[in-house]
Amino acid sequence: MIEYLQILSQEVYKILFLLVPILVSVAMIVWLDRRVWGLVQKRKGPNVVGPFGLFQTIADALKYIFKEIIIPASANKTVFILAPIITMTLALVAWAVIPMGEQLVLSDINVGILYLFAVSSLGVYGIIMGGWASNSKYPFLGAIRSAAQMVSYEVSIGIIIINVLLCVGSLNLTDIVLAQKNMWYIIPLFPMFVIFFISALAETNRPPFDLPEAEAELVAGYQTEYSGMMYAMFWLGEYANILLMCAMGTILFLGGWLPIIDIYPLNLLPSPIWMILKILFLFFLIALIKAIVPRYRYDQLMRLGWKIFLPFSLVYLVLTASFLFYFDKLPKGNL
Amino acid sequence: MLIHSFFFYFFSIIAIFSSLMVITSRSTVNSVFFLILDFISVGCLFIMVGAEFLGMIILIVYVGAVAVLFLFVVMMLNVAEQKQSWFIGKKSTHIPTGLIVSVLIFLELLVVVGGWKYKDNLMSSSTLQISNISNTHQLGLVMYTDYILYFQLAGMILLLSMIGAILLTYRERSGVKKQSYLKQISRNPSSSVELKEVESNKGIKIDD
Repeated sequence: MIEYLQILSQEVYKILFLLVPILVSVAMIVWLDRRVWGLVQKRKGPNVVGPFGLFQTIADALKYIFKEIIIPASANKTVFILAPIITMTLALVAWAVIPMGEQLVLSDINVGILYLFAVSSLGVYGIIMGGWASNSKYPFLGAIRSAAQMVSYEVSIGIIIINVLLCVGSLNLTDIVLAQKNMWYIIPLFPMFVIFFISALAETNRPPFDLPEAEAELVAGYQTEYSGMMYAMFWLGEYANILLMCAMGTILFLGGWLPIIDIYPLNLLPSPIWMILKILFLFFLIALIKAIVPRYRYDQLMRLGWKIFLPFSLVYLVLTASFLFYFDKLPKGNL
Repeated sequence: MLIHSFFFYFFSIIAIFSSLMVITSRSTVNSVFFLILDFISVGCLFIMVGAEFLGMIILIVYVGAVAVLFLFVVMMLNVAEQKQSWFIGKKSTHIPTGLIVSVLIFLELLVVVGGWKYKDNLMSSSTLQISNISNTHQLGLVMYTDYILYFQLAGMILLLSMIGAILLTYRERSGVKKQSYLKQISRNPSSSVELKEVESNKGIKIDD
């Protein structure tokens, strides 16, 4: 029994060691997002609280904690409270399989990429539950939009993942990164990277695909009735999801923790730093896009997902498979 | 093994409890939520047994896509109205149909469980050998070799049902303006703007 307790405490220690930096970096990334957004629009962005305004998010979070939580009278209380919790939990639970270095991973499971895909596809429940439980028009419309949007873009993300898996021959995330030692997959699979990036925007409800919370039509979409800490959890969960999508893109296309070229000064940097730099680069792109691109119309969004991305990634899948087969480059793995 | 059996009972109790709640819950939306919980705990049980690929596929396909569509439909129902018509006042008309379906499922279960006793050797595959390769690899080995026919047939059936569903719901509407992206992009000032001399007191006709 003592043995189990020891293992348990060890695991809890590891989980805390993973989660606390993630929560802090989520706060920092909100600041970065607003800062980039401001700079693009020739504003200063948050710059008052702390050095360069770094503590702005923490101040905001504190404010949310001390605000009153208002639950609408006609809302389904259990589901209403459960929704932000589910969003936040799912956004954090996926980090268990993200490798930050050769051995630096909480659980190195065989089907890591499937786990990531499964958890990110469960993310829709937080939104749909929040929207339905609010028992009000705008949240419900927002929830329906986001359900349709997230389910449609998951399809093309799934096919893109298959593209990468064909080149790797394993579902393990560490194997996927190690297979990119000679060449990052962004080079042979560049079109897939672009589609993955755009689908990630749609999957996380970021502009230009932020229709579930389009403030011009739906007030704030599924978050309309939320206040205080529950709103903050939706908000932080959303950013944790964006960070997760960036990490997924880094692992699939940008060679994870591997340095750009494996030569002397570059491989001195420890692997987590490389991973974080790449994640930050992807996030920077996402933040830029928020500032420079107008919102899509709903039918354009659906058309892009089903009529353009899905056929294109399917054709590219056939191309990849035939290329690998013809040149006898199919990974044999451990068979 | 203590912890292992603890987790097994934990997930199976949740699975049984939530499947009971699916059929007894008063509100349809709650039923769907419990169905999702059931799927998730069954997926966890699969993972515990070592079939991690199957467990993840259950999570992705059933929880991530099928149940979302269930929820989508059920949430559109008017809950208040439904409560009145189904549970208060008049008798339910769904019982005979439900009985027939559940008896059929029960019989099928009996056949499956009974047939398990007289099963042939499960390893009838010629290409598959038990080794330490992961079960994703094992599935991949037999999917396109021994079971290619069944695999393709299943794909065909799914494709057919998809086309059927689209055909059933498709209706052509007239009088709706459709946006043609190609037309929009290929417009330029010389083809779309025209200067016209307008005589006074007459106006001009614009044909669209």
